[in-house]
Amino acid sequence: MRDFICGKIKKIKPSGIRRLFDIASEIPDVISLGVGEPDFDTPWHIREEGIYSLHKGRTFYTSNAGIPELREEIARFMRRKYGLSYDPLNEILLSVGGSEAIDVALRAVLDPGDEVIYPEPCFVSYEPCILLSDGVPVSIELSADTEFRLQPEQLEAAITPKTKALLISYPNNPTGAIMEREDLEKLVPVIVAHDLLVISDEIYSELSYRNRHVSIASLPGMRERTIVINGFSKSYAMTGWRLGWACAPAGVMEYMVKIHQFGIMSAPTISQYAAISALKNGDRDIEMMSESYNQRRRFLMEAFREMGLPCFEPYGAFYVFPDISEFGMGSEAFCTELLKAENVAVVPGSAFGSCGDRHVRISYAYSIEELKEAMTRIARFIEKLRRSPKR
Amino acid sequence: MDGKKKEEILRLLESNARYSAKDIAAMLGLDITEAKNEIETMEKERVICGYHALVDWDKTDDEKISALIELKVTPQRGEGFDRIAEKIYQYPEVESLYLMSGGYDFTVILKKATMKEIASFVSSRLAVIEEVQSTATHIVLVRYKDHGTSLAAPKKDMRMVVTP
Repeated sequence: MRDFICGKIKKIKPSGIRRLFDIASEIPDVISLGVGEPDFDTPWHIREEGIYSLHKGRTFYTSNAGIPELREEIARFMRRKYGLSYDPLNEILLSVGGSEAIDVALRAVLDPGDEVIYPEPCFVSYEPCILLSDGVPVSIELSADTEFRLQPEQLEAAITPKTKALLISYPNNPTGAIMEREDLEKLVPVIVAHDLLVISDEIYSELSYRNRHVSIASLPGMRERTIVINGFSKSYAMTGWRLGWACAPAGVMEYMVKIHQFGIMSAPTISQYAAISALKNGDRDIEMMSESYNQRRRFLMEAFREMGLPCFEPYGAFYVFPDISEFGMGSEAFCTELLKAENVAVVPGSAFGSCGDRHVRISYAYSIEELKEAMTRIARFIEKLRRSPKR
Repeated sequence: MDGKKKEEILRLLESNARYSAKDIAAMLGLDITEAKNEIETMEKERVICGYHALVDWDKTDDEKISALIELKVTPQRGEGFDRIAEKIYQYPEVESLYLMSGGYDFTVILKKATMKEIASFVSSRLAVIEEVQSTATHIVLVRYKDHGTSLAAPKKDMRMVVTP
C-alpha cells in the first residue's frame, strides 16, 4: 500500500508537551503547574445562559460569521476596552477558539513561500499553522534581557523581500511578557515601511497587571493592516466552550469568513448564546479573576526571590518563566527530574521554541494553597541540585 | 496604606483567615511589617472582629439543629430598635442578629441546639420580651453554602494535567 500521508504534515514536529504529559498523567497525586487554562469555573450566569439556550432548543447552525447580536457585543467590547471600531456586519468572525482564528488568518493571507515572522518563545501552534498554509516560518529569538519584548531592530533584521506578515502575541504564553504602548509604537514604522500585515493574538488581553492592554491595531495606521484575535477562553474561563473571534478590515475578513464557512460552517451555537451573557454581564468576573491571578503572580515572584531563582517579572497572562540555566541541564531534563523527585509538573521552555530552553513555564492558574505546596517542593528540588557535586 | 490595599487584605482574610501576614504581603506586593501592622491595627479597631473555622456539622455526629426566627417588635420612644436588640443579643443562645427592612424587624439566628432548647428559648425568652409582637421560627434543613463556600460539592480540578 502507498503511504497516504502528505509530506507537509510529516515534517511538522510533534508537540514538545506530549512527552511530559504522558509521564505526568501516570502519576496519581501529581501537583501540576502545567496547565494553560484558568482554574476558575465559567461564571454561573454564563453557564446558566448556555443551559437556557439548550433548553430553548437553540441547537442549529448560526450564520457563518456568528450570531449578529454576539458580533455587536464584540464590537462594543473592542470599542470599550481597546478603543477599536469594527463593523459587526463584515469585520468580525466567531471562530472555534482563538486557535481556529489564527489558522484561518494565516490561510487567508499566505501564498506558498511567503514568510511569516514571529517571536519565540510562543504558543505551540504558530509554526505548524504557518507550515500548513505553505508559509515559511521565520522566528526571532527573544530573551529575558529585553523582557521578551520584540525590539524594532530585531524585526528589521528578520525582514526579507518575501516577508508578508508578523505574528505576535502579548500578553504572552509562555513568558507572561507584555508589550506596552511605547514598545508597540516603535514597531509601527518598521511594519509600515515594509508593508507588513500583523496578526495579533490577544487572547490574554484582559489579564494584564500593570497597565490596561493596548492593541497594536489601535495605533495610527495599523487598523487597516492588522488582524486582531481574541476569545472567551482565558478572560471568561471558557476554554472548553471553544469560542474565539477575529476582527479584521472588511477586505481581509471577507476571505477569512470564506475559509471558516467551508472548513467549519459556524462556531458552536450554545457557546455563542452563552457568550452574549459573558460580554454583557461579565466585566466584574474578569476583574475578580484578574485580581486573583495578580495576587498569585506576586506570590510566585516572592517565592522565586526567596529561592534565588532568577525570573524577570511578567505582567500578563498567568505564567511565570524562571531561568533554570544555572543547573546546566536542558529544560526538558529539568522538568523530568522535578517530576520524578517531587511530583511537580511544569512545562519545559523548549516546548515553545528552542530559545526557551533556559526556562520552564509555571502556570499560576492554581489556588494559593497549591502554589505554596508546589513552591516548597521546587525549592527543595533546586536546593538538592545546587548541592549535588555533578555540577 | 491606601483604602484599596486595606480592602484587599480584608477580602483575602475573609476568604482564608489562615493566610499569614507573610502570605498576604507577598500576594499584595507589600512589606511584611507593613502588612502585619495593618492587620493588627484593623484588629484593634475591631474592623477584623475574629477568625473562625467553617464547620460542616452535618459530617459529624452532632444532632442539633439551626433555627432562624423572624421577629416583629414595637420600637419604644427614644430608644428605637437598639435597646430591643440588646435585650436579644445578650443571650448566649443567639448566634447572629440583624435588623431588617421589609415585612418584619429582626432576624435572629440561634446557635445549634436541640428542638426542645429552641422551643424553650423562643417561648420563654424571646416571645416574652415586652416589645415583641410576634415570632416565626424556621428550621434549617440543609446548609448548601456558607461564607461563600459550597458545602455540598467541593471543587474538583477537572483539567488535564498538562496543556499548551
